[in-house]
Amino acid sequence: MIKRLLCIATLLSLVFSFVSCKSKDDEKNATKRVEDMSYSYKSGEVITLNVYNWGEYISDGSEGSDDVNAMFEEYFNRELSAKYGGIKIKVEYSTYANNEDMYSKLKNSAVSYDVIIPSDYMIEKMKNEGMLYSFDTSSLSNYGNILEQFKNENAYYDPDNCYSVPYTYGMVGIIYNKTIVSPEDVKDKSWSLLWNEKYAGNILQFNNPRDALATAMYWKGLYVNTTDTKVWDEAYELLKQQKPLLQGYVNDEIFNKMQSESAAVAPYYVGDFLIMSEEEENLAFYYPKEGSNYFVDAMCIPTCSSNPHLAKEYINFMISEDAAVANATYIGYASPNSAVINSEDYKAAMDEYAYEGENGEGAYELLYNYMPDEVNKEYNAKFPKITSPACYRSFDADTQAHVNTLWENLKISGSTELWVHITSVLIVVSVVAYASYSIYIKKKRSKFYRNRDKVNKKA
Amino acid sequence: MQSIAAAPHIFWAILFIILPLIIVVFYAFTDANGKFSFSNIASLPSYASIFLLSLELSVIATAICLLLGYPLAYIIAKSNPRNQKIFIMLLMLPMWTNLLIRTYSIMAILDNGGILNTLLNTSMHIVGTKGAVIFGMVYDFLPYMVLPIYTCISKIDKNMWEAASDLGCNTFTTLTKVIIPLSRSGIISGVTMVLVPSISTFYISQKLGGGTFELIGDTIERQFVTGALNVGAAISLVMMVLIIISLTVMNKFGDPDDGGIIV
Repeated sequence: MIKRLLCIATLLSLVFSFVSCKSKDDEKNATKRVEDMSYSYKSGEVITLNVYNWGEYISDGSEGSDDVNAMFEEYFNRELSAKYGGIKIKVEYSTYANNEDMYSKLKNSAVSYDVIIPSDYMIEKMKNEGMLYSFDTSSLSNYGNILEQFKNENAYYDPDNCYSVPYTYGMVGIIYNKTIVSPEDVKDKSWSLLWNEKYAGNILQFNNPRDALATAMYWKGLYVNTTDTKVWDEAYELLKQQKPLLQGYVNDEIFNKMQSESAAVAPYYVGDFLIMSEEEENLAFYYPKEGSNYFVDAMCIPTCSSNPHLAKEYINFMISEDAAVANATYIGYASPNSAVINSEDYKAAMDEYAYEGENGEGAYELLYNYMPDEVNKEYNAKFPKITSPACYRSFDADTQAHVNTLWENLKISGSTELWVHITSVLIVVSVVAYASYSIYIKKKRSKFYRNRDKVNKKA
Repeated sequence: MQSIAAAPHIFWAILFIILPLIIVVFYAFTDANGKFSFSNIASLPSYASIFLLSLELSVIATAICLLLGYPLAYIIAKSNPRNQKIFIMLLMLPMWTNLLIRTYSIMAILDNGGILNTLLNTSMHIVGTKGAVIFGMVYDFLPYMVLPIYTCISKIDKNMWEAASDLGCNTFTTLTKVIIPLSRSGIISGVTMVLVPSISTFYISQKLGGGTFELIGDTIERQFVTGALNVGAAISLVMMVLIIISLTVMNKFGDPDDGGIIV
């Protein structure tokens, strides 16, 4: 009896500790500075630095590239070890599929990452929720490499430059297959290609609410950060119309599907298009004339980090020339780093891309010559009072909830073909019929035997 | 002494079976701030069509598995003992590869520009249809149907077969009147082992369904990814209840002498 009580008590206390963990979340909104924190390491200790990044988003040593993480370990153990009391460092690298996955993991589980690389609006959101350490970026020896156009008020998500160091930037455009899509359908360079019934079953769409809804919003000139729920509903209606035309909502599957010609049209990032075009030369790309998303992904130190000082060293290393050039070459996204832009190696690597645009521009021009202000001219003109309206910003909780609800409705909407209903009903009916038949036979038999026994007894 | 030996198992059961269940129930009946609420349960009717679709697709997949699996199990059980081992190993062979990898490969084979369409030089649209999802379920779960039925048939006393033919049964009537009724418990455990994972699968429907329609497993997964833990827990809870109900009903059809395997 006592044992049983003990069991129940342990269970209850476990559940309660679970509950109390949850309520603590709200208390830690005050920002902590990395520089205010002290550290103490034992000589010879091996410290693991946990880096959490997007998939396919770092030069990892595959296909003859440099392994940047190994380069950092080597550099740190050689140059910086003494500064931190003779420790050795080991990088533990893991990846996520999108901002929301990363956010929910950091928010809901007891994980510890030292460096994360979220997008602009997610940095703003995490900053507002006190999930990021602030740190003195100007104390990083390589910080001068970052171009001015990614600092101060240009870094709309972090105007004080104290939470993030830019890693890559880019824009979303439309990727299509030249052999399937006819030239007159892409002539006007519009988002409407994603709604073109001619390509029904061949169109892909983003599998996350923000990017998917935004495709409709850019097309119709709606503000992508609006708090007006009616505007969101309008975008939702467009996605609902699009759904029957889609082959699927996808994330990274897009690489396989576009490279194998399984799909013909998809919205995606320009850097990834360059990688895909290496495998499949029939792919082409354009920035929609109605405007498109411009984003910056930047390195941050989340408050779950246990080694924020070492995280700073990692970030500093990643913006050094060697690492930044290796990364920019490997992942194909545009770099905000002057050391990369001026590097001859980088230019040579970009020239190796087979890509050639309709005006003869190569990969380098596609990445750097289309300034977002130029591409988004038409869109920006609709919102004269807002600076860079095409960039995503962090939402308030109500808008976020509304967007999530719309996405939920979109995902669960859909019609079922009649044959599914008919077949399954037939199966259930036949099973029930068989079961009742066998029960009937059984009863009949037992009745027969009972009668026979009676007859036998009488005889 | 006995209780000491059982302690690790009890500890395991509490930590990994009972406690998670309590947490699921707790989340299902609270809101995001940890206050008691029925709002999660109240939001469930909007998922009714997805529940129905998952149930329908898994019922169809289970029926196909049974139609394919029973003859297969029968043939294997009737073949000579040395071959039986080889057949069973061949059946198990695909299971040595991870389920996710197998499903991903099916996608690569059946996709519009996939291996099948390239070889046949056709443009069949298979991935993204309900048929592809059913195919994936059948392919992934067929061994779970065959194995229990095979075990059950091979355990049937040889005298039963002989008695049946002595009393005038031909091969077909032996099968329908003797073997099928005697292997009922195998059928029921096979059906259970296919139906339950099919209802709750999310990877198969995500990859082969193309993401334009959802099964309940996808919906639950998305709740947890977007951080709507409470709704996700509520859906999981309701699904568990539904599965228990359907298993109970199914076991009613089973022979009471064999004993139901579950519930």
